Amino acid sequence: MSAVMVDLRGVHKSFGPLKVLRGVDLRVARGEVTVILGPSGSGKSTLLRTVNHLEKVDSGSVRVDGELVGYRQSGDRLYELREREILRQRTRIGFVFQHFNLFPHLTALENVVEAPLSAQRRPRAEVHRLAVRLLDRVGLADKKDAYPGQLSGGQQQRVAIARALALEPKVILFDEPTSALDPELVGEVLDVVKDLARSGTTMIVVTHEIGFAREVADTVVFMDDGRVVEQGPPAQVLDSPRHERTRSFLSKVL
Amino acid sequence: MSRPAVETRPQDDTDAGTAGPDAPPALRVVTTRHPGRWAAAAGVGVLLAMAASALITNPAWDWNVVGEYLFAPSVLHAVLFTLQLTVLGIGIGFLLGTVLAIMRLSRNPLLSSVAWGYVALFRSIPLILQLLFWYNLALLYQRISFGVPFGPSFFDIGTMDLISPVTAAVLGLGLHQAAYCSEIVRAGLLSVDPGQREAAAALGIPWRRQLFRIVLPQAMRSIVPTAGNEIIGLVKGTSVVYIMALPELFYQIQVIYSRNGRVIALLLVATVWYLIITSVLSVAQYYVERHYARGRR
Repeated sequence: MSAVMVDLRGVHKSFGPLKVLRGVDLRVARGEVTVILGPSGSGKSTLLRTVNHLEKVDSGSVRVDGELVGYRQSGDRLYELREREILRQRTRIGFVFQHFNLFPHLTALENVVEAPLSAQRRPRAEVHRLAVRLLDRVGLADKKDAYPGQLSGGQQQRVAIARALALEPKVILFDEPTSALDPELVGEVLDVVKDLARSGTTMIVVTHEIGFAREVADTVVFMDDGRVVEQGPPAQVLDSPRHERTRSFLSKVL
Repeated sequence: MSRPAVETRPQDDTDAGTAGPDAPPALRVVTTRHPGRWAAAAGVGVLLAMAASALITNPAWDWNVVGEYLFAPSVLHAVLFTLQLTVLGIGIGFLLGTVLAIMRLSRNPLLSSVAWGYVALFRSIPLILQLLFWYNLALLYQRISFGVPFGPSFFDIGTMDLISPVTAAVLGLGLHQAAYCSEIVRAGLLSVDPGQREAAAALGIPWRRQLFRIVLPQAMRSIVPTAGNEIIGLVKGTSVVYIMALPELFYQIQVIYSRNGRVIALLLVATVWYLIITSVLSVAQYYVERHYARGRR
């Protein structure tokens, strides 16, 4: 069991002529919380999406728990895996979207049990018990039969977190989980994320919530223009940043 | 490790109901009168009464003959045959149409352009012309053989034996319908937020399950209303197969009135049956729509 859970090396990604990632190296230790900060368009969401192969990399490698994601290495070449293999790998990598992306025609409980049943083929009774427990954990035990349209944004995002947890992933990726929420609903979602952090879940969180980063992150990564500008413990990066770019960004958001 | 659900909606604390002693007197609301609406309604009422009277009092409508033929065995058989053609036509149409829609959205250029070409071709040729082509296929190919493409054949069969007039009609209706259905299904698939597919992919849900459990049920919300149109259109559209002398409702009616000369009465019989079938379908559509609307307010 390696101490490094997520290992990105030299990740490059372009959308047409636009270079979004220009050689990113990032290591996330098992059980740690990494928060990625940076201005819009700095490539942080794209970087997160390469970790579960929602975005294919142009070059570089992505490893989760030692396993290459999306590719198989043979000699000095990477062969892209079949869709089915990639789907199997994704069941071990949780992803929480900015806009929740709950399935609107399924109840909260059905949203949570869907992937463990169809992707992991686990027994229905066991999955059902797990889902009820997870909904309880995010404070929504009484909403299990509600449809997403009947829930507030904060409640929907908490269901989405329960849905990601149900696969019992090795790492959970959060893509701006509170950016689509009304200000008064941000706290309830961050509370759930903090609770996960305390229980030792490995997480990468892209966010604009500096207070959250300071409180929860083991490592803060500041990105700009497709590169990691600096990274380190929150006290260092947030309070005494070494780079001018980090300083000017923080002075605008704090 | 549970925590109480956070109250997310602020309580509205204004107590508008309790008025103090110095509150102004309650005011009565008087709604606007609409004399124009009443006049229009009266006019429409008179027109309706005139129409009803024209239908009932004129003996040329032959209502007793209508009653006599409405449930005649030959008419009932024709209704049944019309329903069979509709079910088969729409069945083939939506099966093939769904395949074409998925092909059209494929990233493989050959698959998507073949689907595009199919729709373009079959939408361009009038249905009646297509039916005659299938009916006369034997003039083009006397025998149809089954085997390895461009290789040896295992058996062959005379086109006339394989494609009876009924088969020709079903093929013609189904293939024609498929072109329209594929566009309906494609529109439905495109109406679903791409984030849904993405979320399903991120959860590792298998491809087929993504389509049938996540995307299609949501697409059905926009597919059903147009599909309802299409099915009702086909119920009546089946009447064009009368040119192949197949005993569907419209052909059968013509056969009967050419024998007894009660043209209007028998046209009415057909009208009543088409009305009944489409009304049942409209009611069914309402329930199907309600089913796929679950989860939405």
